[in-house]
Amino acid sequence: MRKFFDRHPFWSVIIFVVVAFFIWMVFAVWPEWLKDLIGRKKVFLNAVFNGITLGGLYFLVASGFTLIFGLMRNVNLAHGSLFLLGGYIGYWITSSTGYWLLAFPVAFIIVGALGVLLQIFVFRRMEGDDLKQTLVTIGISIVMADLMLWGVGGDFYNITPPQWLSGPVETFFVTGVKRSSGELIFMKYPIVRLVMFAAAVAIGVAMWVLLNKTQVGMLIRAGVDDREMLSATGARIQLVFVGVFAFGAGLAGLAGVVGGTFQTIAPGEDIRFLLASLVVVIVGGMGSITGAAIGALIIGLAEQIGSVYFPTYAVVLTFLIMVVVLAFRPQGLMGKTG
Amino acid sequence: MALTEQTHDPLVTQSRFSPLEVDVIKDQTGWIARVPGAYWLLGILLLIMPAIASDFTLDQIFGRAFIIGMIALSLMFLAGYGGMVSLVQMTIAAFAGYMIAIFGTSAITAISLGWPWWTSIPLALVLAVLFGTAVGALAVRTEGIYTIMITLAIASAFFYFTRQNYVLFNGFSGFNGVLPPQLFGVDWRGPKALYYLTLFWATVSFLAVLYVSRAPFGLALQGVRDNPRRMAALGFSVNAHRIAAYAFAALIAAVAGILNVWQFAQISPGTAATGPVIDILVVAVIGGLKRPIGPFIGAFIYVVLKTFAIDILVSMGLDGNRFQLLIGVSFLLIVFFSPDGILGLWERWREYRTRDPLLGKSGEGAP
Repeated sequence: MRKFFDRHPFWSVIIFVVVAFFIWMVFAVWPEWLKDLIGRKKVFLNAVFNGITLGGLYFLVASGFTLIFGLMRNVNLAHGSLFLLGGYIGYWITSSTGYWLLAFPVAFIIVGALGVLLQIFVFRRMEGDDLKQTLVTIGISIVMADLMLWGVGGDFYNITPPQWLSGPVETFFVTGVKRSSGELIFMKYPIVRLVMFAAAVAIGVAMWVLLNKTQVGMLIRAGVDDREMLSATGARIQLVFVGVFAFGAGLAGLAGVVGGTFQTIAPGEDIRFLLASLVVVIVGGMGSITGAAIGALIIGLAEQIGSVYFPTYAVVLTFLIMVVVLAFRPQGLMGKTG
Repeated sequence: MALTEQTHDPLVTQSRFSPLEVDVIKDQTGWIARVPGAYWLLGILLLIMPAIASDFTLDQIFGRAFIIGMIALSLMFLAGYGGMVSLVQMTIAAFAGYMIAIFGTSAITAISLGWPWWTSIPLALVLAVLFGTAVGALAVRTEGIYTIMITLAIASAFFYFTRQNYVLFNGFSGFNGVLPPQLFGVDWRGPKALYYLTLFWATVSFLAVLYVSRAPFGLALQGVRDNPRRMAALGFSVNAHRIAAYAFAALIAAVAGILNVWQFAQISPGTAATGPVIDILVVAVIGGLKRPIGPFIGAFIYVVLKTFAIDILVSMGLDGNRFQLLIGVSFLLIVFFSPDGILGLWERWREYRTRDPLLGKSGEGAP
């Protein structure tokens, strides 16, 4: 942080001002001129919350993607299909057993197992051939998308969360003041999205701890830096590869359940979330978990705020962010050079 | 490519002449003798095709194959000679199609400007090339598999943008009634006219790619593909070559895009959705990324499969709607077993046949 300030004092001040203004906008009761300028605070706060929680979902999808990429240099373009498969599994488990919580471990394990199979039978056979691996993942995503369309059909599915998570909850964010009594009005927000976001943060923190504080994490980080050297030291790198691929794929499956609860799952969502994770890791930096978190937050916020304030150009905003990042930091915000 | 081809030349391999002498001999023999016989046969066959084939075959099989083949050819040029797998070629084609609909005439008179063809076509081409160059300038900042990610993201952004934007791109429904000009009193949408039109431009772009690949620029581009550092040290601007390659590929894709919009008489965001964008890569890989003829072979196979998928699948006892499955599985098989596509399989088979069982060498006395 200190180093960044020393190096870019001008940018630091600008970022600080923007963040301070943003925090003020979130917490303060808006004066009339601001209301005239961009509308009611409730709309704004809802967009911000939707953006942040959507960012949580994007993080779950993109962190698996970036982890696999960082270690194996494998752009897994079938990641969106794994997400969709997780969503369908989650729907099936929830509707057949009635236990919503059960859907998460089941989706994680089944999709993770599929990841193990993919790694052992497909990617291990073409190690070091990046382009071929990527092409194969495209083929797999085409096949999986059609198989799922065949098996499940083109309908929209929505996973219903249990009773204790449905309905809105009152938060401590002020949206306005009642004209008659002068009481403060607090924002209501769907509790399930807040819980999901908290879970995403928890998973993110757990991943950070796993990567930075444990022996396994050390192995993975060493592999990201130089896998030839790691395997030369006698580490069983194939085991690490399988483990990371399973974990990354499992995360995609888990995110599928979250996505199915947030929104709907249907054919085409696989491409949407693949694209989202692509943009997130391009913005955040390839192979970096922190980068994925920052990128997911930026993209989620840009998408939601964009769709509220300039609906026609929401996609362009996301795209512009990507272009600007590429122009100034081709390796992504948190990516390493070289 | 040109360098490796020369070593397969019978004049060189039979080693009666040095490569330099061969060049002199070639100059004397003229270009007609140097074109392989199979190409002459193919060319004549394609020229007399309208006398043999039905209108449906001309329009829906050959016309489509030429158009898709041209777009895949532009991808092949970038991937094969430049080492950059760009998924944005279909998007550039669609962009050119949109431009022709906006500047030319269409049924959406509120947006279309209705300018004459000699303004709208060059304008569409120029804008599409500019668009492709801009994308290229962005994409060359990254390398290898990153390029796939960036271009896929750009292609999807274009798709979502055209779907949301009603002012310029008329949103979800796009443009219909985009007709080619009635030049020389010919209805260019008629099956025979369209066949010859697409055949002409496919041939032109094929020859252009062939020429560029052997011209100094193409050779430098292949050098950049193989070793960017060495080329930079030799004084070549690596990025300028790559961006120029994107511009050239964009021109081919743009021509194909205009033909594409004329064939369907309409254009909508679905033209450049993620599916078609990836299909172009599938087509190019199935055909083979090493030679300019590959994409056309891939496109022909793709179009035939797509047209007759229902019959093929039903005859195998499967649901007729599983076309994507068929395409996906054949793509996977090709990638798995032959990285150079169908052409690679063919070459390997030929090498296997001509291999000398004692020496283990191939190529000696090849037919």
